[in-house]
Amino acid sequence: MTDSAQLKTIPLHDVHVRLGGKMVPFAGYVMPVRYSSDIEEHQTVRTGVGVFDVSHMGEFRLSGPGALDLIQRVTSNDASRLAIGKAQYSCLPNASGGIVDDLLVYRLDEEEYMLVVNASNIAKDWDWVMSHNRAGVAMENISDDLCLFAVQGPKAAQTLQPLTGVDLSKMEYYNFVQGELAGVPRVIISATGYTGAGGFELYVPSQNAEEVWNKILESGKKFEIKPIGLGARDTLRLEMGFCLYGNDIDDTTSPLEAGLGWITRFTKDFINAGNLKAQRENGVDRKLVGFVMAERGIPRSHYGIQDADGNRIGEVTSGTQSPSLGIGIGMGYVQKEFSAPDSIVYIDVRKKPLKAKVVKLPFVNK
Amino acid sequence: MNLPDDLRYTKDHEWIRVSGNEAYIGITDFAQKELGDIVYVDINTVGEEIRQNEIFGTVEAVKTVSDLFIPVSGTIQEVNDLLNSQPELVNTDPYGKGWMIRMTIADPQELEGLLSANTYAAVIGG
Repeated sequence: MTDSAQLKTIPLHDVHVRLGGKMVPFAGYVMPVRYSSDIEEHQTVRTGVGVFDVSHMGEFRLSGPGALDLIQRVTSNDASRLAIGKAQYSCLPNASGGIVDDLLVYRLDEEEYMLVVNASNIAKDWDWVMSHNRAGVAMENISDDLCLFAVQGPKAAQTLQPLTGVDLSKMEYYNFVQGELAGVPRVIISATGYTGAGGFELYVPSQNAEEVWNKILESGKKFEIKPIGLGARDTLRLEMGFCLYGNDIDDTTSPLEAGLGWITRFTKDFINAGNLKAQRENGVDRKLVGFVMAERGIPRSHYGIQDADGNRIGEVTSGTQSPSLGIGIGMGYVQKEFSAPDSIVYIDVRKKPLKAKVVKLPFVNK
Repeated sequence: MNLPDDLRYTKDHEWIRVSGNEAYIGITDFAQKELGDIVYVDINTVGEEIRQNEIFGTVEAVKTVSDLFIPVSGTIQEVNDLLNSQPELVNTDPYGKGWMIRMTIADPQELEGLLSANTYAAVIGG
């Protein structure tokens, strides 16, 4: 997406400009990448509280008697395990071994679900799910009706509690309620996030978004809340080893290679389940691993990964300097023989092979 | 935007401060703002002769990596050692403590083609 004429803006675009947000094209939208400093924003979320506007994300509502069957067919995790008020991480496998998208599945009601998908994949996911909707399940793209704010960090609950009667201290990870927040009814308050810092994601009707955003900033003032851009969102998720679609997973990577076996449940049938099951039994040839640099340097997406003799054994999919650790960290696919923790690999940083060590994820403990 | 009048600039966002046949080089205030937090300045070209507009090193921000182009031909005499432990000086003091290299200039005529503060301001839309 390079044609700026095709870029979409999010409802609070002008609010972010006024807050000093640097607005850049991302996934087809103009999004705030940072307001002050990536590192400062990162630390704010790790130690206090920050709020992200991630309203570019897509939401589909599926309802009716066939909704669960359709979700079971297109996703890899087992949605039949979801009680009302629970969400799960899942992915949409394609028919050729890769991943259409990763997503969250919310069970809103007895026969009502919400799928939350990546902004860059909204049209692709819609077409994909629709093409498997043979029972005529009611599907609604509600992406433009909802804004999504992620309030993340150890002070997130204390920031939001004065704004709602819902007891946030009792809400467990991956649970949600639909309740009043900041005077707005039926906000989805979800104990989820993409930072590893704890907190909540709030799905707010777009017409109420600005007042809710302002009330969050007001309520968080005593904890020095800050708006946080996508730059810090990326370093925060990478420190946790969370996959980013388009970098670490895509149409060609299998969920098993990507370490997403835990959301690939063969307790039910789904698209390409047979091949994935065979892959699980036979083992995969390459695996997504995390690594830390043993020499000074910063891994970046698409850098080569080599063995000690300079043979190419894989490729970096995400990398940065970890603001928490102060060293280069990254993820990438490597041949299985190099995937065990403590394996030594070399990252090709501008034709200089720099030593790195494979580690267990996450890079930073919660 | 901070653009000192006594410096010359390139369209690649480097600045040069000339003193006799020597010069200090760094990146502009605009460049450091675009890049965000600088976490590593990687320059291994001390003692090398580099021709105008060739790469003399790279600067790494949290989000991106960017090549550094030398404004005029010459020999690199010194790298700012302070940046090893405090790369953030490029953000906080881009024209002062955040300088990157000291060099000797091979051909002073090349300076004529560099941008003034006003012309550079137009390049960055300021």
